[in-house]
Amino acid sequence: MLMTPLQKLQEQFSSQITETHAFRGDETAVIRPEALKAVAQFLKETPELDFNFLMDLSAVDYLFFAGGRIQKPFRFEVVYHFYSLKHNYRIRIKVPVDEKQAEVDSLCDLWASANWYEREVWDMFGIKFKGHPNLKRILMYEEFQGHPLRKDYPYNKRQPLIGPTY
Amino acid sequence: MTQTREMMLNVGPSHPAMHGVIRMIMTLDGEKIKDVDIEIGYLHRCFEKMCETVMYAQCFPYTDRLNYVSPLINNVGFALAVEKLLGIDIPERAKYIRVIMSEISRVTDHLTCVGASAMELGAMSVFLYMIKAREFLWELVEEITGARLTISYVRVGGVKADLTEGFVDKAFKKIAEVRKVLIEADELLTRNRIFFDRLKDVGTISAKELISHGVTGPFLRASGVAYDVRKANPYLIYDKLDFEVPTGTQGDNLDRYFVRMAEMEQSLRIIEQCFQQMPDGPVTADLTGEIIPAAEMVDKAKMGKTEGLLGDEVNCDPTLQGSTRKYHEAVYANRKDVVLPAKEDTYGNIEGLMNHFKLVMYGHGIRPPVGEVYLPVEGANGELGFYIVSDGRDYPWRVRCHPPCFPIMAVLPKCLIGDMMADLVPTFGSVNMIAGELDR
Repeated sequence: MLMTPLQKLQEQFSSQITETHAFRGDETAVIRPEALKAVAQFLKETPELDFNFLMDLSAVDYLFFAGGRIQKPFRFEVVYHFYSLKHNYRIRIKVPVDEKQAEVDSLCDLWASANWYEREVWDMFGIKFKGHPNLKRILMYEEFQGHPLRKDYPYNKRQPLIGPTY
Repeated sequence: MTQTREMMLNVGPSHPAMHGVIRMIMTLDGEKIKDVDIEIGYLHRCFEKMCETVMYAQCFPYTDRLNYVSPLINNVGFALAVEKLLGIDIPERAKYIRVIMSEISRVTDHLTCVGASAMELGAMSVFLYMIKAREFLWELVEEITGARLTISYVRVGGVKADLTEGFVDKAFKKIAEVRKVLIEADELLTRNRIFFDRLKDVGTISAKELISHGVTGPFLRASGVAYDVRKANPYLIYDKLDFEVPTGTQGDNLDRYFVRMAEMEQSLRIIEQCFQQMPDGPVTADLTGEIIPAAEMVDKAKMGKTEGLLGDEVNCDPTLQGSTRKYHEAVYANRKDVVLPAKEDTYGNIEGLMNHFKLVMYGHGIRPPVGEVYLPVEGANGELGFYIVSDGRDYPWRVRCHPPCFPIMAVLPKCLIGDMMADLVPTFGSVNMIAGELDR
């Protein structure tokens, strides 16, 4: 029987995967942050997987998720969407990130697309990427205070360079 | 003694040759580009943050403003993602309508891109012809959606309204006109020495580099990789349609131009096939009552004069046309917790009115189960993906839009370095950067 990419990943990294699901057919694995580099390398360099696209990289802030009814062990999750052109597979990898030590490994040396995406996640969520060559804001300006996509950043807050403060 | 120095040059954020607001900090050696630093974010409008503050149905106007040259594709992408989250399917006819509207938008997008970059190289008449062709298509869009740009036409579970009467004939006529323009533009550009030489071997980039940067769409296909979401992960009814994915070989500006021109023809083919395959719309003859104005129906229902009211048809505001009972079944999914009821029900009986309120009032609305989905569609510039996280409430917890322009802008310095300063214009034109989706 043909194994799905998720099963292959489970076989290889069974101790590093904390949770898996395939909600609506999207195969997802939540992995320990320290295993990210190894998992990414495995996904990219295993010929049967060959995930040559890092299609999307973003993060989710789970502060007061569902009004506080659902408790997540960590505040953030960095979400990676990989795509394999050869096999037409997609897989989603999620890495939980603690609020106090918001830092994960950078994937810039594996996929060039990680460069700008990681800058965007830093800009919007304030999650640092270890080993990123040029981690600075991308959509906001350098003087901007805070990280706008965090749930504790009010959507109607104004800052001097955006508009009048009130 | 002569001395040479590198020169720093700022291009943008507002420069006549820029299609959007973007700043390029260039290091020039004479006229050669040695280094480019791209700064984006000038059109950041907090799309993702704002989507977290409104209900699912209210996100559609925001998605219109992502890629403002082909807003229908953004609408379709977002609706499909929410439908995937809900796990619902929509009627066949609505699927065909969505495909037709997406492909019309793709053609308008490519027309704008090719036309504008031809204009920047001096071919003003081609630009005017192409804008004329775009106008034909926007007239079609306007007829169906009621707007040209901020259309908000697609709904979760269907589309706002069915096609108007006589639309198919009109569309075939316009398609013939657009074809004429494409042939004309092809004659004016493809064998034009000036245009050809400005594009050939300029802005060349390899497929390997593009894949590493996550670039998709016409830009990737021009380098010879036949990746198209419509073929790789067919959504709606793309698996029933016969179309080709044109690819280039060199990955230079000329190939990108050819790919776009070929794709427009394929899109027109798709539209024609859709019209042939599409299931029939509503039959108009089965009306038992009469056609009455909306206000009259509301009054009758309020005063309890409900005799024969169920058979009546309502004549409502032009913006709501096509969402009455006769069309409702054809273009909306049969899910009362997701789609608004037909207008006759809203105006004519209390159940319909309550159903309507339960979907539009704060604290009610569509409530997908807790979960997360990613759904890609083929936008005009590449893979447009929506990643939505739901916490089971009526507001999306997180909406992430994967913009196709974003990776392309990241790879653009690689295309530019080594070329001449003047080559910036055709190369940047071939990107078709849309600041609306780049910065969100």
